[in-house]
Amino acid sequence: MTVQVNPEESRIAALSLPSADRVGAEFKRLGHWLMSRVFPPMLVLGVLLLLWEWLCSQPGAALPAPSVMLADTWELIVNPFYNYGGNDVGMGWQVLASLERVAYGYTLAVIAGISLGVLVGKSTWAMRGLDPLFQVLRTVPPLAWLPISLAAFQASHPSAIFVIFITAIWPIIINTSVGVRNIPEDYRNVARVLRLNGYENFTKIMLPAAAPYIFSGLRIGIGLSWLAIVAAEMLIGGVGIGFFIWDAWNASQISDIVLALVYVGLVGYALDGIVGFIGRRVTRGTAA
Amino acid sequence: MNKRYLSIEQVDKTFTRNNTETHVLDKVNLSVAQGEYIAIIGHSGCGKSTLLNIVAGLTSATSGCVILDGKEVNAPGPDRSLVFQNHSLLPWLTVYENVALAVNKVFKHTKTSAERREWVLKNLEMVGMSHALTRLPSEISGGMKQRVGIARALAMEPKLLLLDEPFGALDALTRAHLQEEVMRIQNELNNTVLMITHDVDEAVLLSDRIVMMTNGPNANIGEVLDIKLPRPRSRIELAEDPEYNHYRREVLRFLHEKQKKVETIGARAAVGPTKEVAKSAAQR
Ligand SMILES: Nc1ncnc2c1ncn2[C@@H]1O[C@H](COP(=O)(O)OP(=O)(O)OP(=O)(O)O)[C@@H](O)[C@H]1O
Ligand SMILES: [Mg+2]
Repeated sequence: MTVQVNPEESRIAALSLPSADRVGAEFKRLGHWLMSRVFPPMLVLGVLLLLWEWLCSQPGAALPAPSVMLADTWELIVNPFYNYGGNDVGMGWQVLASLERVAYGYTLAVIAGISLGVLVGKSTWAMRGLDPLFQVLRTVPPLAWLPISLAAFQASHPSAIFVIFITAIWPIIINTSVGVRNIPEDYRNVARVLRLNGYENFTKIMLPAAAPYIFSGLRIGIGLSWLAIVAAEMLIGGVGIGFFIWDAWNASQISDIVLALVYVGLVGYALDGIVGFIGRRVTRGTAA
Repeated sequence: MNKRYLSIEQVDKTFTRNNTETHVLDKVNLSVAQGEYIAIIGHSGCGKSTLLNIVAGLTSATSGCVILDGKEVNAPGPDRSLVFQNHSLLPWLTVYENVALAVNKVFKHTKTSAERREWVLKNLEMVGMSHALTRLPSEISGGMKQRVGIARALAMEPKLLLLDEPFGALDALTRAHLQEEVMRIQNELNNTVLMITHDVDEAVLLSDRIVMMTNGPNANIGEVLDIKLPRPRSRIELAEDPEYNHYRREVLRFLHEKQKKVETIGARAAVGPTKEVAKSAAQR
């Protein structure tokens, strides 16, 4: 039974394959990672799907079971980028249209939010004047801005962008101003001893020192934007994942709605991950 | 040599907060020659940092003035570089970048970028930090951070180097090591230095003159002690040296007998006795 390995031979094998151990270790680590990080969510997901399948295949169930849903939406799943003109385009296009609106609104919110945040953080007068206003306005629900912006812009596209802007800007302003106000005295002294000018002080001390705060604002902001766009699109129509959901509801295609929710969730998760990733890169690991 | 390279003249400082005034410094006068190494010693809270910050220009004096090399100081500037007690490196910059930030700003017009790079590397080498150029401050030890802080301060080629308890937060061995390095660098560059310290040995070992401050509020310079020990100094040889021990004793006597720390039950209670002691100390 026992296999006698010639010690000489095994040493030669080890010499000729120096990385065999390392490869083994890598595989082990990968296996460990799969077991500890990928397996549990997969298991939970599987159990939930089974439960859903079981519940919705009872007679008289109002919602489709996953298997039914998959069959219903198979065309949409395998074909995300078809284009039959008008609103009848693939899910990929719908998501991209929504993302484009978010990109515009969010970019504007980032620029305006960081500038205002720095102003409020730097100037006590600006803080006293603007802070109460911000505190009140930030509690207004995103959709409440929609009628006003429709009235002001007279068009749905800029209105949707405005809603994104106004939703995302508050956490950015507030976090930036807190970050700027909390810059340690020491860092400011470094700037003063070196006689950095306003621009250098802004780019070399203020922004990096406040970056962890700014990025947590940006992260909250992107999440809120994505929440708002889906709701706003339901009201304004056109191409976009929000209107797709509304359209599917009107056509009683519950399966399409479920598919759209999966898309919305995954895209939101990805957006959050991207902003978090950029934050970690920019702040060299100090931002969450 | 200019005996009054730096002069602190009649500097008074009163902090006002919520209608309560704290008179921290009371008519402080001091002249420092070029290349001199001054140690400032005194009990905690007497106003040493306040005095240093006034010289740095980070705080303004309530009255009186500071003159450095014939010019009045009223704002911070790179001709007076500081090493803070808590290093104050920028945590988002690497060791190299922290020094380079200062060098690139100070020598923007006087050195080419290659020369500046060379200069950053030279200063980091001087404090023995060449091996960690790309590390972030969070990745190096406290002693290493302090060295980078010193390199940054030296790299600015200041007229005056201001050290606020530069080794206060370090363990005894690291502290001794850095003291040696500062002595060696001082020998080489002959900087004018103002150093705050709590450590009597450090003061005697490093300085040419020890300035002893009375207890606050209304702190003042109580005594000034000339340290006439030859350089280079070695801590091991000096341990047996009667002169060295005499200086130590003088400082200890000042701190623990003449300026015995009155535990401040309220700052006001300490005003009376402290002022008396300050006067008697000044008269001696
Ligand atoms: N910004 C300020 N406002 C009001 N009081 C201050 C301010 N800064 C310092 N003080 C007071 O001035 C006094 C001297 O402070 P300082 O920091 O100069 O002391 P120090 O001698 O450096 O003490 P330590 O050795 O503990 O560092 C203290 O009593 C402190 O409370
Ligand atoms: Mg101090």
